[in-house]
Amino acid sequence: MSPAVAPVPVPADATPTPPWTHHFKDYARFLIRSLIRATDGGWLFYGWMTLLTAIALVGANAWAVQVRDGMGVTALSDHVSWGLYIANFTFFVGVAAGAVMMVIPAYLYHDESMHDVVIVGELLAVAAISVCLFFVTVDLGRPDRFWHLLPGLGRFNFPFSMLTWDVIVLWGYLLINLHISGYLLYTRFLGLRPNPRWYVPFVFLSIVWAISIHTVTAFLYCGLGGRPFWNTALLAPRFLTSAFVSGPAFIILALQVIRRVSSFHVGDGPIRTLVNVMRITILINLLMVASEVFTEFYAGGSHTASARYLYFGLHGHNALVPWIWTSVAFTTIAAILLLRPRITEHLVLLDIACVLAFIGLWIEKGMGLIVPGFVPSTLHELVEYLPNRTEWMISAGIWAFGLMIYTLALKIALPIFTGEFTLQSSPPATRPVTGQDTAASR
Amino acid sequence: MDNPTTPSPAPANIPASAGVGRRTALKAVGATLGAAAFAKALAPLTEWAPNISVSEFLQKHYKQLGREELAAILARLEAETLERYGAEVHISDVPPQDDVQFAYALNLSICIGCRKCAEACHKENNHDRPSQQSYIRVLEMQKGSLDLEKGNAHYDHPVPQKDKFYMPVQCHQCDRPPCVSVCPVEATWKEKDGIVVVDYNWCIGCRYCEAACPYHARRFNWTTPSIPKEEVTPVQAYLSNRIRPQGVMEKCTFCLHRTRNGRLPACLEACPTGARVFGNLLDPDSEIRWVLENKRVFVLKEDVGTRPRFYYFFDE
Ligand code: SF4
Ligand code: SF4
Repeated sequence: MSPAVAPVPVPADATPTPPWTHHFKDYARFLIRSLIRATDGGWLFYGWMTLLTAIALVGANAWAVQVRDGMGVTALSDHVSWGLYIANFTFFVGVAAGAVMMVIPAYLYHDESMHDVVIVGELLAVAAISVCLFFVTVDLGRPDRFWHLLPGLGRFNFPFSMLTWDVIVLWGYLLINLHISGYLLYTRFLGLRPNPRWYVPFVFLSIVWAISIHTVTAFLYCGLGGRPFWNTALLAPRFLTSAFVSGPAFIILALQVIRRVSSFHVGDGPIRTLVNVMRITILINLLMVASEVFTEFYAGGSHTASARYLYFGLHGHNALVPWIWTSVAFTTIAAILLLRPRITEHLVLLDIACVLAFIGLWIEKGMGLIVPGFVPSTLHELVEYLPNRTEWMISAGIWAFGLMIYTLALKIALPIFTGEFTLQSSPPATRPVTGQDTAASR
Repeated sequence: MDNPTTPSPAPANIPASAGVGRRTALKAVGATLGAAAFAKALAPLTEWAPNISVSEFLQKHYKQLGREELAAILARLEAETLERYGAEVHISDVPPQDDVQFAYALNLSICIGCRKCAEACHKENNHDRPSQQSYIRVLEMQKGSLDLEKGNAHYDHPVPQKDKFYMPVQCHQCDRPPCVSVCPVEATWKEKDGIVVVDYNWCIGCRYCEAACPYHARRFNWTTPSIPKEEVTPVQAYLSNRIRPQGVMEKCTFCLHRTRNGRLPACLEACPTGARVFGNLLDPDSEIRWVLENKRVFVLKEDVGTRPRFYYFFDE
């Protein structure tokens, strides 16, 4: 780009350079080597990434068509104006917030075994928030006007709009987690001890912030007086509880995959702690669902029409009934499985429980929460909604993209934590070491 | 298919050192293919982007526009309407007047549910023809009950039916409008004469306001509206009936391009029964004042606290 770069002489090793130049060079080296590492792997890795890329491509294409032809290519309508995208958005905010269930034991209770693997949760938060931001973006009718949402450039309806708040807290959470994991990885890469001053305050901030992202997301819905299904004070606590089920469920599965495919040591301690968290939160979640269902059905009246529609169908319309009962069944089975005292020794059962809980809550916090808010409409029209092909393709594309982010991030982070990948270590063997590289790293 | 997509070159992170391994070369090929595939996948965007001019992309919020800027925008919008719809239209900016507070009232005893108002709205406001969009929804209600759950907006039989009454619903121009408070970018606001408007060139299409409105008064442009050239209503205003772009929110504006110029809303003029009453609340001799003072009026869903400016009443 700038012609001035070329003539600048590369300082010889002998000339003393100010420390910040070192940092700059080290950091560049960190990024480049990370990129190389992130794209190196065995056939399993390449196969997995190719699969994800293919799915992401299908999603990207479907999104481009949606932008060109309008949101009319989805199954959404003026009656049900939010659907699968916002459902996914809501759920993944929960997954991001749920990652804090590793941070709390590690930093508040000084659980050493958790401390070693907490990075797995922090990176999950980064990937999940990216997924959320993608889902909001594909839901916009005018993505070209995204800049209207940027502070300073656009017009921010602050503090009245909960969506404005949500944008702030989501970006904030993303930045905090990027900072924490980026700082830890970089210092370890250099072979230094991370200085607590530079990250521990942010860790505590991230704990509070995790709660805030899901609370604000709940306020998005429960603040709407015209939608009785959402207009309940229990919504935010319910969001948090289910987040503390789905987040740990995903992490337990991820930790087991990591155990198999990498040399990163994952002890039983962290898994046991997460199972203990889930045991409680999944029961509290079921209790809250039950209490909400009781309130809706015992009193009756027309403001309970959405709940009736969701659970039993209304006037012959029952598109969501199979979804919600699947969710109820899955979460109940998962809760029972988790109650087994020695579940952590039966990994297959544990995995089944985690998968069931994850899917069950994806339905409950997604389709089972967003869609019934619109059915019946505020004028009591019954227009149903089920996502169509376009929406599934775009959503799958975003999931694939999120998994790509997570895979690559772990691919860089884990070897740093095992000490395989540092500034001192030579770059992957497949890449020949150039003279300059080794000279500079001394 | 044959879009001019330039596959971006392979990322520069692949070091081209002397001993490039086979794997590095493969990676470069993979990255190039990947980038090309993504460019291809996103190709539909290149057909969409030319529809958005640079000046539209950079356009400021309505309230931040100076006189000349606004004039230029109106001219651009007129030219675009001519180019895309073949229709010659005049788009103006009609500001609210002082000492005017608009309100609407509707006599449920004489409304016969003929949907003439909805049809007039459809035409006046240049709504999308295929979807038969309109800002007005007429509910057929069971006599003896105001329960919306017993209403039906999709009736398809001769009207009026003996045991029914009819309740048209449109934007209530609430004094505490939830749609305005939820909008993240202030694309919708309440004007000083009480009308709630949308800047169609600022709205990002998040549809939060549509979720927030308790009266189902907002409509989204799911596609680019299609209207035959000869059916386009040529007298248009920036904040009301100009043809809306794809992907933005729209709503009833009490026909501000008419009412702020001393005319009546199109729905009122179309009503064959005289069920509709519109006017300035601050004018003591207006018919709307007479109705509010002499009839027992009510508003819909008073309990949600929106304070509508749209009143219903029955003849005793
Ligand atoms: S009726 Fe709906 S759209 Fe109209 S002002 Fe009230 S909340 Fe907004
Ligand atoms: S759809 Fe447009 S007007 Fe409505 S809340 Fe979103 S940005 Fe505001």
